[in-house]
Amino acid sequence: MAELTYREAVAAGIAQEMERDERVAFLGEDVAAAGGVFKATVGLLERFGPRRVIDTPISEQAILGAAMGAAMTGMRPIAEIMFSDFLAVCWDFPANEFSKARYMSNGQIKLPLVVRCGNGAGSRFGAQHSQSVENWAMAIPGLKVVAPSTPADVKGLLAAAVRDDDPVMFFEHKSLYALKGEVPDGEHVDQLGVARIVRPGKDCTIVALALMVHRALAAAEKLAERGIEAEVIDVRSLVPLDTRTILGSIARTGRLFTVEENPRLCGWGAEIASIAADELFYDLDGPIVRITTPHIPLPAADNLEDIVLPTVDRIVETVTRSMA
Amino acid sequence: MARPRKKPVASPGNDDIGEDKRLELWRKQLEIRHCEQRAYDLFLQNLVKGTSHLSLGQEAIAAGFAAAMRPDDKSFCTYRGHAHTLARGVPMEQMLGELMQRDCGLMRGKGGSMHLTSIDHGVMGSYAIIGAHLPIAVGSAWRAQYLGHDDVTVVFFGDGTTNIGAFHEALNYAVVFKLPVVFVCENNLYMEYTPIGAITAVEHPAADRAGAYGLDKIIIDGNDADEVYRTAQTAFAKARAGEGPSLIECKTYRHSGHSRADPGAYRPKGELERWKEHDPIKVYRARLAEFGIADAVIDDIEQAVKAEVERATAVCKAAPLPPEDILTTDVYADGGWAWRN
Repeated sequence: MAELTYREAVAAGIAQEMERDERVAFLGEDVAAAGGVFKATVGLLERFGPRRVIDTPISEQAILGAAMGAAMTGMRPIAEIMFSDFLAVCWDFPANEFSKARYMSNGQIKLPLVVRCGNGAGSRFGAQHSQSVENWAMAIPGLKVVAPSTPADVKGLLAAAVRDDDPVMFFEHKSLYALKGEVPDGEHVDQLGVARIVRPGKDCTIVALALMVHRALAAAEKLAERGIEAEVIDVRSLVPLDTRTILGSIARTGRLFTVEENPRLCGWGAEIASIAADELFYDLDGPIVRITTPHIPLPAADNLEDIVLPTVDRIVETVTRSMA
Repeated sequence: MARPRKKPVASPGNDDIGEDKRLELWRKQLEIRHCEQRAYDLFLQNLVKGTSHLSLGQEAIAAGFAAAMRPDDKSFCTYRGHAHTLARGVPMEQMLGELMQRDCGLMRGKGGSMHLTSIDHGVMGSYAIIGAHLPIAVGSAWRAQYLGHDDVTVVFFGDGTTNIGAFHEALNYAVVFKLPVVFVCENNLYMEYTPIGAITAVEHPAADRAGAYGLDKIIIDGNDADEVYRTAQTAFAKARAGEGPSLIECKTYRHSGHSRADPGAYRPKGELERWKEHDPIKVYRARLAEFGIADAVIDDIEQAVKAEVERATAVCKAAPLPPEDILTTDVYADGGWAWRN
């Protein structure tokens, strides 16, 4: 096992797939010569050359359109949209084009493409560079939606996304790029649609994604000091969604908390809460509680951004209060 | 109205296009004309559902480009895409069947008139969001360049598309990377219900902007299938030689309104009549005669096309609606729609 940062794992995942399959090429703004604004793609240009690692103009529609046209005619491209907020500039492609092409063509079109982006808050960038938008993508039939929380998951899930024949929206968390972790040596390919119990517990289930997984884990340690053993689940993939693992955990613990960066309305936690209420109502021992950001744009200032994101303390207090 | 260019003196001896190709152009234009007229009739009978956007009057563009394409070339078009779909050789009953949303349709009724797709024919889809398909076509051309194939990607769009950002992003991108893509603007003078000149800063919405991307300004008579065919050949040769994209503005006119709900009442009196004098079918019939092709040959093709329209109509009318079990197929690549386990 080698220790890599989350950002190094991005480049390692892309490199592994480009090495394996000539049809994999990578395009985006500042991704080649500059190695990415988050330095997540350093070294790829030197290794694979400008034919396969491409600096594009600031043309988000062209980037996703080109990826789609290439994917539907035989390539397996990876496209980067620098900040996930910018997906709004080219949202036609995920929303109307590559999500629906297979269905509308009655299966004639296959779209093996990956759209990677830096997602999430914590870097004081303000409201247009800090959003968590994975719930936008989750609402569209035809897309797959992945958001890893560790370097190993970045590499393994990215490889799985590249090999998948569906369009995959891959949300990397900006505040995790410096995180270090063990990554399996050699070829590492994970599986989409598998949630992971990252901390076992018997008293309640905390379901989280990306950066919030780490906060939920820290909160669970503090909760243990208070005598509450929380089971923490890293969802990893919103579509496909591993409801078996999530519901299995809730059935054992009887309590569900979701922790997400999305603003209060229509975050993915609401969907998981709804599924749990539908299918496990009689196993629940108390209300389902969602821990989210408030329904406001993200502020830039240190103290303000820190307040709006779910903190370890907020998770601890919310769970403790609800479990009392 | 486009000024007809001076044509070369016609004689069988100086026919650079040749009789076989001319008859192919004639047949393709007639297939589009008669099939579209039938689509309109079927709409009046409430057998064509949803919406439909006809290309009556614009047949020469689809026919001219398709006649210059190889089977492995890719074409992308808009919601006004019946013509481009037929011109690539898609069987009539599959197209009419999709308009009638029957099981025999190209996509078994899951796509409808605005989304005609036949990968087997290089028909890479009809796109209902204005401009979306220009960057997608660029991606198809990138694939050809990347994999070392010499097929060309052709993308058809209307004059209205030239005012959306994707048009400009796609052109810049294609030029920067010298991609084998041919952009074809069908300037029918109207952006839906509004004259293009009223909402566009330049007279020629595509060609006047070509220079901004380092491309030649190419404006042709889009109602003359020969001129379209020759222009296509030149652009394709350039693309195949690795010399990059072209942007071609074809001046034309749609005889009907924007969509079937639109009678086109906003058009100035006499405009339609003037353009009908320059109807591509009429122009081409005269051209065939100039080159000494016998009336009987010309008429036989027309009769055969009409018979094919009748046959396809009967097939479609007899075809069942799609079975309900296809409702949930092919949302995802495993053939199903499951988003959770």
